[in-house]
Amino acid sequence: MTTLTLAKALNEGLRRSMEDDAKVLLMGEDVGKLGGVFRVTDGLQKDFGEDRVIDTPLAESGIIGTAIGLALRGYRPICEIQFDGFVFPAADQIITQLAKMPLRSLGTLKLPVVVRIPCGGGIGAVEHHSESPEVYFTHTAGLRVVACSNPADAYTMIQDAVRCDDPIIFFEPKRRYWDKAEVDLAAPGLPLDRARVVRPGRDVTLVAYGPMVKTCLEAAAAAEEEGRDIEVIDLRSLNPLDAEVLTESVTRTGRCVVVHEAPVFTGFGAEIAARVTERCFYHLEAPVLRVGGFSTPYPPSRLEEHYLPDLDRVLDAVDRSFAY
Amino acid sequence: MTAHAPRGADAPPELVQLLTPEGERVEHPDYDIELTAEEVRSLYRDLVLVRRIDLEAVALQRQGELGLWASLLGQEAAQVGSGRALTGADMAFPTYREHGVAWCRDVDPVNLLALFRGVNNGGWNPAEHNFHLYTIVIGSQTLHAVGYAMGIQRDGGDSAAIVYFGDGATSQGDVNESFIWASVFNAPVVFFCQNNQWAISEPLEKQSKIPLYKRASGFGFPGIRVDGNDVFACLAVTRAALRNAREGQGPTLIEAFTYRMGAHTTSDDPTRYRLANELEAWKLKDPIERVKAYLFKNELADQEFFEKVDAEADALGKDVRDRCLALPDPPPGAIFDHVYAGAHALLDEEREQYLTYLAGFER
Repeated sequence: MTTLTLAKALNEGLRRSMEDDAKVLLMGEDVGKLGGVFRVTDGLQKDFGEDRVIDTPLAESGIIGTAIGLALRGYRPICEIQFDGFVFPAADQIITQLAKMPLRSLGTLKLPVVVRIPCGGGIGAVEHHSESPEVYFTHTAGLRVVACSNPADAYTMIQDAVRCDDPIIFFEPKRRYWDKAEVDLAAPGLPLDRARVVRPGRDVTLVAYGPMVKTCLEAAAAAEEEGRDIEVIDLRSLNPLDAEVLTESVTRTGRCVVVHEAPVFTGFGAEIAARVTERCFYHLEAPVLRVGGFSTPYPPSRLEEHYLPDLDRVLDAVDRSFAY
Repeated sequence: MTAHAPRGADAPPELVQLLTPEGERVEHPDYDIELTAEEVRSLYRDLVLVRRIDLEAVALQRQGELGLWASLLGQEAAQVGSGRALTGADMAFPTYREHGVAWCRDVDPVNLLALFRGVNNGGWNPAEHNFHLYTIVIGSQTLHAVGYAMGIQRDGGDSAAIVYFGDGATSQGDVNESFIWASVFNAPVVFFCQNNQWAISEPLEKQSKIPLYKRASGFGFPGIRVDGNDVFACLAVTRAALRNAREGQGPTLIEAFTYRMGAHTTSDDPTRYRLANELEAWKLKDPIERVKAYLFKNELADQEFFEKVDAEADALGKDVRDRCLALPDPPPGAIFDHVYAGAHALLDEEREQYLTYLAGFER
């Protein structure tokens, strides 16, 4: 076992992917000498060369568009979008080309492109650096969308994403980049499309992904002192969604609260609420509740603590669930 | 140019031309080409067959058999000339109008019709023909071509990529980004812009204040304007640009100066925005007539040859029509196929539910 930050775990995973397959490329803004603004690609250009770790011109559509071309030539590009709010210039290439080209080709073309996006708030950043754009991509058929929440998953999930023949949007919780944990570099991970019960409990199911998993675990620990036994699910994959783990859990607990940073309105929680209601209707003791951002643009950082779900807002929702 | 002058009808002086509209062979110091009689006859045949496929497709659309068709009428020389410049290993990235290039890459025309009929979104295997799928969103494919060319560089390959786009596309961010990428990485790619003077209803003046080929210099690579209705010149200029790309000299922008003789697509009505005299002026520059005149004048082909090509075109038109009409609609379950390469639980569930629902009607 090795102690790694989440950023370093991703770095190790990327290194392993590049060692395993000479067709794997890294491309993005400042990923070379600088090692990325979060240092996730630190040292990789030095070891794998400028042809495999490519500092690109500053244009996101260009990054994804040329990655598609490289994939058509047999490469497996991993693209870094520097911040969540900068992905939109690339949205056209992702949505109209990357996601749809395999279908357009009737399966003759595979596009194994990974788009890494640091996501979420909580770091006191300026505008466009704290967003959670996941549902734009979960709503786009042809893409897989995953979110890692901890160093061990980050290490295996990035490698599994690179091995996958489908295009993947890979969300990284930027405020957790510096969180440390033990990582077994030899252990295989849970399959990429599977959710995980990260804390078993009997009374209520908290559903989260990415940065909110830690928040939910903290809430569960706090609630334990008050005698509530909270189960926490880390979805890991948003598309496809592991409905089995969800159904099994909520069927047992009878209560479900979904937590994410993105706005609640038409957020990913809406999909969870609908699915859980369809599958667990006769087991539910309360409606599925959602905790998330408000129907506002992400606020200036001095206000972000009010926007971001925290331990208290999560437990408030748990209390409301029990009030039914 | 005033608003009422026939657009582009006076050939600009800087344009590379090897065959005049009257069928006279002219020399060019930088771009000459040696063609055997057989090669010229073969080019003529391609031009005629491609036009015939196009006419048949327009007719099929008018008869309700295709949802839409984007005609290449008038652009045959630009497409056949550039398409014939490609080697088997070169990779072409088309728009949705490159039926002539598709022909040169041995893509069965029925595959093109299947797309416009709504049977699929592109039924040929790009790797088999080194001809990518049609791209409908304007300009997106330029970046794919540059990325592909970067792959060729990394493979140490002895080939190049060529990407097709129109005058309207030059306003797209992706096209400009692709110019930057190609330039900075010295990618082996040829940008082949068919300037057909119109982006649906918008004339070139809405896209650019300078000739399009001059854009290249600002990005740091050569640009050249060629008579897009001259199949010899298109072949020669594209061949040279591809050779330069393969030899590591980076990208070239070719502006093929041509004219869209038909509507943008079968849904369009050009009488609303352009004058008939413009069309008449361009008819005199027809890409096929000049090759025919050249073959006649130089006694490289006799009447029998032309009749044979016409008969072949008619047979091809009929064959394409018959096979288009025989295309089966895909089964309902095909909606769910090929969305993902691997298993996808959500999609599998939806497929099962929908097919079960459909089966309920059969009881």
